Amino acid sequence: MSEHAHAEPSFTERYVFSVDHKVIGLQYLVTSFVFLLLGFSMVLLMRWQLAFPGQPLPLIGRLLSASAAPGGVIGPEFYNQLGAMHGTIMVFLGIVPLGVGAFGNYVLPLQIGAPDMAFPRMNMMSYWLYLPGGLLMLSSFLLPGGAAQSGWTSYPPLSVINPGQTVWLLAMVLLITSSLLGSINFIVTTLNLRAPGMTLWRMPVFVWSQFVTAFLLLLAFPPLEAAAVLQLMDRVFHTSFYMPEGLIVGGQLASQWSGGGQSLLWQHLFWFLAHPEVYVLILPPMGICAEIISNNTRKPIFGYKEIVYAMMFLGTMSFVVWAHHMFVSGMSTTLSNFFLVTTMIISVPSVALLTCLILSLKGGAIRFTTPMLFALAFLPMFGIGGLTGLPLGLTVTDIYLHDTYYVIGHFHYVVVTGSLIALFAGTYFWFPKWFGRRMDDTLGKIHFWGTLAAMNGIFLPMFAIGLQGQSRRLYDPTAHLHNLIGQPLHVVSTVSAFVLMLFQIPVIYNFFYSMFRGEPTDSNPWKATTLDWQCPSPPPHGNFAKLPRVYRGPYEYSHPDHRDDWLPQDAEKAVAS
Amino acid sequence: MSAHAAVAAPYENTGVPDGKLAIWLFLASEVMLFGTLFTSYIVLRTAAASWPVGWEVLNVPLATLNTFFLIASSVTIVMAHAKASARDKAGFYRFMGLTVLLSLAFLVVKGFEYGHKFHEGHFPSTSIFYAVYFTTTGLHGLHIIGGVAWNLGLMWWAGRDGWDDRLFLGRVEYAGLYWHFVDIVWIFLFPALYLL
Ligand code: HEM
Ligand SMILES: [Cu+2]
Repeated sequence: MSEHAHAEPSFTERYVFSVDHKVIGLQYLVTSFVFLLLGFSMVLLMRWQLAFPGQPLPLIGRLLSASAAPGGVIGPEFYNQLGAMHGTIMVFLGIVPLGVGAFGNYVLPLQIGAPDMAFPRMNMMSYWLYLPGGLLMLSSFLLPGGAAQSGWTSYPPLSVINPGQTVWLLAMVLLITSSLLGSINFIVTTLNLRAPGMTLWRMPVFVWSQFVTAFLLLLAFPPLEAAAVLQLMDRVFHTSFYMPEGLIVGGQLASQWSGGGQSLLWQHLFWFLAHPEVYVLILPPMGICAEIISNNTRKPIFGYKEIVYAMMFLGTMSFVVWAHHMFVSGMSTTLSNFFLVTTMIISVPSVALLTCLILSLKGGAIRFTTPMLFALAFLPMFGIGGLTGLPLGLTVTDIYLHDTYYVIGHFHYVVVTGSLIALFAGTYFWFPKWFGRRMDDTLGKIHFWGTLAAMNGIFLPMFAIGLQGQSRRLYDPTAHLHNLIGQPLHVVSTVSAFVLMLFQIPVIYNFFYSMFRGEPTDSNPWKATTLDWQCPSPPPHGNFAKLPRVYRGPYEYSHPDHRDDWLPQDAEKAVAS
Repeated sequence: MSAHAAVAAPYENTGVPDGKLAIWLFLASEVMLFGTLFTSYIVLRTAAASWPVGWEVLNVPLATLNTFFLIASSVTIVMAHAKASARDKAGFYRFMGLTVLLSLAFLVVKGFEYGHKFHEGHFPSTSIFYAVYFTTTGLHGLHIIGGVAWNLGLMWWAGRDGWDDRLFLGRVEYAGLYWHFVDIVWIFLFPALYLL
């Protein structure tokens, strides 16, 4: 804000240790896209091994160290490291920082008419805990024993015994602290920094999605932090929180641990975080879709209040469904029944949300812009992801499906064709706000169709592979006779994964080209109503030249009595037609 | 960006200052953290084949003394806030200094307890009971150290330009809220570990 005059900020202050939510948002954007690309590259190596087990990796095989990939063939330990790191990176360093750190940071203050976050310096600290946390996580590949190998779920006792896990835990503590600071900042900003007239019920759906997400991060992460500390104690000081009595490792009694602990305890604590985390992965993308759909159908979103209530209900319920991930863990059947019921209940608001978004299309004059294409694809794709989750929430079917490729197919439909697609939508949508230029439409459409097709090519076969009975986290599927029948599908999946990589070239090129050379736009190229489009592109330090005053709800489109088909939230009166 | 560190008048807001909201949210997350540890304690204890009686293996008199230190420090930090509101700088220093001293006394006693246990050959790895004991009290101790640093920071800031800063009183209050929380955690830990 202008009330204190600064000296001209230096380069470092402006771009490296910036306290401006917009710069921090872009830092998150770039960093998380890089992590997504890294996590994707790791899984490409795995996909090669799954489709062509035992065959040397072309080109890169020789670059890998002899211990990780002897003769260019990925070794089993290295496969497990890649798997654990893929999951961890995609969730904690990719999708969440992109949805919350990047989009939330950049767009939320703009949409509520705030000059910045409530605590700009804390905001900067969030980023500067996230980046070292991510680098630390990556660096664990260089450790003597390599990176963590016990999956992103890190179940003990395996995780306590395997190498690499200590660094995983330390990195997680950094990441958790980062997101705690971020969530406090988001909540306080939303509550206390809304422009005059921006009552809670006038906030765009995107802001609500971030608000609910922040509560999930705030309350679900500390249990994982505590759980991680206990696991760290087990590893470093040989306590036995998760270590049972009489554990045999490699044919020998693991005598470093006195035993007496509970391996299941970790599973409970982990999923107590990780189920709410699923909604952290999906709610911001849903908010993004709501904004884009309303804008491109030129009509108010269907069921604004229902969407908001559904989000709140979803957020609350997400704390009491966690053990549906543990139906086959040996947990008591009474507990299983309880979690079965809560899981069926939580599917109701999820369906309600999706239904509202789909009904928003009805009667709209749809503009098929690139962001809209992605947002439209989100609807059926997330639908598939959600519906295939139901059999996993029912104990009877889950006993068969648990830990098969069906599960991998299910949650990738949610997080890849769902969240990631929506985050692409958001990137194309807000790009003009970030840089004052548009991304190229033709390249965007090539990216869209290629990506959509390739993603389905990767994940659709996984349902069949899983139903056929193949376990996940398998190094070599062909080692079991009964898996051979699914092998051609693995090849389809792998080829599609490489095609998907190829189709990311247009968007990478498009992003950097458009940043400097894209077609310049005015401040509101999509003719949108929310406040983020009522300030210059990119917004100056402090965002709004004059504090905006809000007169109405967020989606005032196509009013029959108005000359224009959109009426910004801060326009005092419409021009009559 | 001090402009919005307190509730900036023109905005739609809750009427609660930013800092106060933030500290309450932070404490909510802390409740989840320690709540998890307590839950784990219950789960581990109910499933354990044997569990020692706290007062037979731990030093109850020392822990009682420590409880007294912490409760006293909760009183002195309230006094420090009262003195700061009354703009009595010397009084603020006196009571905040006392708070810090009491916290340090707590840490010294705790360190002595730890040393004694190590000397007897009891380490975190000895048994699940000692694992719980060292981990929970250790994390609590880290929270005490954090509080000491915060309180010393406030005293240092008061000596510079902090005393007349309009955010000063708020920050003393937040330090107090945090401190009461750390205190309450101990009030739960003490019976759970030493008495039951
Ligand atoms: C876009 C391309 C992606 C591809 C081709 C892909 C592929 C895979 C495959 C094949 C596995 C199973 C490995 C195994 O069981 O051995 C896997 C696991 C996993 N993926 Fe992805 N994935 C992609 C993106 C993502 C994204 C965006 C996320 C997250 C938000 C994600 C999260 C996970 C997680 C959590 C696991 C489980 C890891 C574990 O077993 O611990 N993936 N992925
Ligand atoms: Cu779940």
